[in-house]
Amino acid sequence: MSAAAAITWQGVKGACLALPVLIAAVLAGAMIGETALAPDLVLSVLANKLAGAGLPVDPIDQGIIWSYRLPRALVAGACGAALAVAGVVLQALLRNALADPYILGISAGASTGAVAVTIAGLGGGALSLSFGAFNGALLAFGFVAILARAAGAGGSRAAAAQIVLAGIAGSQLFNALTAFIIAKSANADQARGIMFWLMGNMSGVRWPDVWLAVPLALAGWGVCRFHARALDAFTFGTDSAASLGIPVRQVQVVLIFATALTTAVMVSIVGSIGFVGLVIPHAARFLVGPGHRRLMPAAALTGAVFLIGADIVSRIIIPGQVLPIGVVTALIGAPSFAVILVRGRRAAR
Amino acid sequence: MKIEARSLSYSIRGKLLLSDVSLTVQPGETLALVGPNGSGKSTLMRLLAGLARPSQGEVLLAEKSLARLTRREVAQRTAIVEQQADTAERITARSVVELGRTPWLSALRPWSGEDSQHVENALKTVEMEGFASREWATLSGGERQRLHIARALAQRPGLLLLDEPTNHLDIHHQLSILNCIRNLKVTTVVALHDLNQALMCDRVAVLSGGRLVALGTPQQALAPEMVSGIFGIKARWVEDAEGSEPFLSFHLA
Ligand SMILES: Nc1ncnc2c1ncn2[C@@H]1O[C@H](COP(=O)(O)OP(=O)(O)OP(=O)(O)O)[C@@H](O)[C@H]1O
Ligand SMILES: [Mg+2]
Repeated sequence: MSAAAAITWQGVKGACLALPVLIAAVLAGAMIGETALAPDLVLSVLANKLAGAGLPVDPIDQGIIWSYRLPRALVAGACGAALAVAGVVLQALLRNALADPYILGISAGASTGAVAVTIAGLGGGALSLSFGAFNGALLAFGFVAILARAAGAGGSRAAAAQIVLAGIAGSQLFNALTAFIIAKSANADQARGIMFWLMGNMSGVRWPDVWLAVPLALAGWGVCRFHARALDAFTFGTDSAASLGIPVRQVQVVLIFATALTTAVMVSIVGSIGFVGLVIPHAARFLVGPGHRRLMPAAALTGAVFLIGADIVSRIIIPGQVLPIGVVTALIGAPSFAVILVRGRRAAR
Repeated sequence: MKIEARSLSYSIRGKLLLSDVSLTVQPGETLALVGPNGSGKSTLMRLLAGLARPSQGEVLLAEKSLARLTRREVAQRTAIVEQQADTAERITARSVVELGRTPWLSALRPWSGEDSQHVENALKTVEMEGFASREWATLSGGERQRLHIARALAQRPGLLLLDEPTNHLDIHHQLSILNCIRNLKVTTVVALHDLNQALMCDRVAVLSGGRLVALGTPQQALAPEMVSGIFGIKARWVEDAEGSEPFLSFHLA
């Protein structure tokens, strides 16, 4: 078997395992909700919309499935996968088990951008919340990157610790700015709305968001997957990676920018959903071990399914009310992770 | 593979850690690097491995300037075992050794049976075959050290740089690793603290305060007067009753 064939074969096998699971999760996302809709109804809608089958379906049901639930499930999947992969990459690169996609100040910056637009009235109402959040995230990340560089990260051996510290400093600064803007000019309703958004809100998701989130998640995935072996080489630190032939600086820059960009876009679409990027990587590590060629697909799949599931739960758990998805991810995620932690320990003995 | 250091100097934040070190190691030769703590052994190793760039001078690997090679090209020629390298990952012993194949793999050259063979051989050389599926955290210090050496061997380098490879090792494994290194056809530079182990190498370089103060056969470079001055001790040659090769005996001055 030629080298190239071997790679594609691995990829095909992986996709054969992952795709049915993903499709099932998305279909579940379209079926389950305040009004439960039968699987054949969902399939009819898909046939109508994708193949123009012209099957008779109640237009209200069709609207719910096609315009609301499907885009939500797809964005949740893209977002869960992207956050989980970003977490895997940053934990390996920074050699820090507590690293998550927000460690570079992105979530804090996004919230500052969001409140600057919605509460402080930046842009005079012409700018959207997502736009503000995205730019705030990039601004905060730029601040963190420059601070880390000025502190000598990259060349020196303590680089990883300095990036983490710069991220903490940046997050604190931007969180303080957010609090300042809220305290100065928000009324109680606005403050509540922002709180809600910060904990993750998928209710505004429509098809255009799908066209942004899904390709971006795939592209981010491609970049990270390409560097899987390089990430393995970071196991014993940057010097060891360099001595194994990894262009350390280049890999760090490419991966940090790729994860920062995907995370910033995801946050601007759905808010800063916590937990996924921190804990799914660890859960996946318990399942398939620390090698990144298996860990990355496992984390992406787990993250996608987990977030689609969390979105379903957030819609149905309190009748007539939608819970912020971040609350659900933490409420389900924390106990299930505790179970994995305990069982993983036993298996290791 | 021949390696040549040409008047290497290295300073960091205005502090001169190495000054004007020149030496050549011939293909297949084993050079021992000795010197007191802080004399610059690890620093010199890092320069030879291309992990740090000299402030002055250059390193030539098989007549090619190290600065002209990519990281990957350097890693296909040189392997280094650093003084301390640890991880919190729950990685198995075999995966650690497999890391050594990294410089030879790419998207178009995935893992093959040949790679597995190199990994098996390396594990066998350090007598760690039986530990292949153990987790890193469960291994002893000496077992970890032997895995790092195996990882370096799996890299199939032309130049092997070992920074105190025998610390943590029991006497059996100290001797077997040294023996293995000497029998390898690979050019080796090895930093050692046990001067009697340095005696087993082809040549010895002595560093003190960042300078190369002696370079030659073990008998020349480790002459008792030299050793006594540098380490602040008294050394002398002794032979045992059975007429062994002379070895060094020390006591505080
Ligand atoms: N980043 C650094 N900044 C300042 N001084 C440094 C730095 N790295 C090393 N040094 C100093 O350089 C000197 C040489 O260090 P090096 O690690 O090369 O010594 P060594 O000969 O390997 O010692 P040992 O036998 O203890 O391993 C030491 O005095 C050390 O304190
Ligand atoms: Mg040293």
